[in-house]
Amino acid sequence: MMAEINVRELHFSYYPDQEILKGINLHFKEKSAAIIGQNGAGKTTLVKLFKGLLKPVKGDVLINATNTKEITAAKLANQIGLVFQNPNDQIFKSNVIDEVKYGPLMIGFTEKEASIQADLALEAVGLRGLEQVNPYDLSLYERKMISIASILAMDTPIVIFDEPTMGQDSQGKERIKAIINRLRQEGKLVLSIIHDMDFAADVFERAIVMKDGQILLDGEPREIFAEVELLKEAYLEQPNVTRIGRELGAERVFLNEKELIDWLKIQHATLQ
Amino acid sequence: MSKIRVEGLKYRYPDMDSLVLDDLSFEVEKGAFIGIVGENTAGKSTLCYALTGLVPHFFKGAYGGNVLIDNIDVKQSEISDVTSKAGLVFDQPFSQMTGSKTTVYEEIAFGLENSGVEREEMRIRIDNSLRLMDIEHLQNKNPYDLSGGQMQRVAIASVLAMKPDVIVLDEPTSQLDPQGSDEVFQVIAKLAESGITIIMAEHKLEKLAEYASKILLLHKGKQIAYGSPKEVFSRDDILEYGIAPPVYVRIAKALKLKNKAGFYPITLDGLKQQWNVGDE
Ligand SMILES: Nc1ncnc2c1ncn2[C@@H]1O[C@H](COP(=O)(O)OP(=O)(O)OP(=O)(O)O)[C@@H](O)[C@H]1O
Ligand SMILES: Nc1ncnc2c1ncn2[C@@H]1O[C@H](COP(=O)(O)OP(=O)(O)OP(=O)(O)O)[C@@H](O)[C@H]1O
Ligand SMILES: [Mg+2]
Ligand SMILES: [Mg+2]
Repeated sequence: MMAEINVRELHFSYYPDQEILKGINLHFKEKSAAIIGQNGAGKTTLVKLFKGLLKPVKGDVLINATNTKEITAAKLANQIGLVFQNPNDQIFKSNVIDEVKYGPLMIGFTEKEASIQADLALEAVGLRGLEQVNPYDLSLYERKMISIASILAMDTPIVIFDEPTMGQDSQGKERIKAIINRLRQEGKLVLSIIHDMDFAADVFERAIVMKDGQILLDGEPREIFAEVELLKEAYLEQPNVTRIGRELGAERVFLNEKELIDWLKIQHATLQ
Repeated sequence: MSKIRVEGLKYRYPDMDSLVLDDLSFEVEKGAFIGIVGENTAGKSTLCYALTGLVPHFFKGAYGGNVLIDNIDVKQSEISDVTSKAGLVFDQPFSQMTGSKTTVYEEIAFGLENSGVEREEMRIRIDNSLRLMDIEHLQNKNPYDLSGGQMQRVAIASVLAMKPDVIVLDEPTSQLDPQGSDEVFQVIAKLAESGITIIMAEHKLEKLAEYASKILLLHKGKQIAYGSPKEVFSRDDILEYGIAPPVYVRIAKALKLKNKAGFYPITLDGLKQQWNVGDE
């Protein structure tokens, strides 16, 4: 069965007088989605509500058929994994392997299953060999990768990333792209908050623009990233590849370098 | 007179077997904007620590060579003397919060109070850095109730308010939205123009190409190159150091668009020009 998230008339505030999410309706099934928007728009708050770490003030969040109001976050943990924006909020064991095994053990994997899962996850993020190291002796990028591995190891049908490419170099980004594509092929529902517009355009099947606690745009990346003015309003920009194409006279909206270069090569040939 | 001189700098963390900084030597002029680039674990953050005295005063380990800021030897000086000259914005804003203040305003005031800045001057500096980082509306919020990007802005503001001669920033825009990120680069570039020396570790090479005056390329702790963004990003061997050059260079390379001097364009305008001229 394909995992699903249903969000109905969702309102949320941390303090009574300040509404952070102002009536959100969304449905997720199958398609991977990038959630983009200004700092403070409410992106992290929204995914914490999905995960059940926060509960709606008004409205509902349904994970598959379960209303998050009627279940603890711990009971939901085998359904939905969330990689935190700040790895330090997530990492608390004193060596890497215990950290990565912790999640699977918590949701009922045996010691042996958890070890296998942890091995696979560390392989996927490229950190095999660091099993015995203390996460606090590692660089920010390595800690981010460990927090990703910890969630992958739980093998949940829904996986949500909050800023996965933060601090990653180009190889790290490629690795995360491969992880997301693999999760997608395995039939999982993948969502990611992301400030890197080129990554959002290249990797996801759907883009959701948040602004000030509301959904401003929701659609296919090729439509969304064509909206120069609306993106600006949400403090975003077009992806570099899209902007380069536009500035060099293309009518099409390019979503990745290959599309752009292929088009430029054709132009180049016809000009000569 | 040069502002910063690094001579044969070597460093290894305690209990580690290999050098994280391996024989670095370079000079930075006053008011320059230097970008430090390199793949993950190249040693960028560690170099930021060495330039602000955390290495070797906080992180012990094996240390060789010299870092001189205005002829002050970082290793020989008190760390407080170093930090009042050279401020550091950490790669994780969280590590920078005092943990003891209940509003953003007080958080930014903390460093100023400790260094005995007068009340009126303090107010002016705090207001100014709140405005530069576009966080005036957050000044009464608890620093721990902020979004990731908001906290990163507070961390930058705290260092700006101290008005150090040298500002070292470790991936300061990693959690900022695209427009906010560009605005911060503009603010930093203006500070450099006003004579403040800027050193920034960064993975957003397109932004460095636009704003930095020089690039230091690190690989496994070694200094591979130190030169203009054009020179460094046009190197044919750059991929060997785990670095994908800025997107404009990648596109130009695919289309073989080099200019007469042998450089690829490193900005959108440069690429447009070169595209219109064609291959020369
Ligand atoms: N624990 C909290 N208590 C009170 N207010 C909070 C808390 N966490 C976040 N906020 C506020 O809620 C708003 C939304 O924050 P959120 O973290 O969801 O934003 P975001 O879209 O993820 O931003 P960013 O891109 O900077 O990570 C912000 O104005 C923030 O200051
Ligand atoms: N406190 C520490 N103790 C021991 N080793 C450390 C410590 N901090 C970093 N290292 C190691 O030093 C090397 C260089 O790390 P550093 O953080 O300087 O790299 P970086 O270029 O900033 O990488 P990134 O792009 O991931 O931020 C890495 O191998 C890292 O694991
Ligand atoms: Mg967030
Ligand atoms: Mg670093």
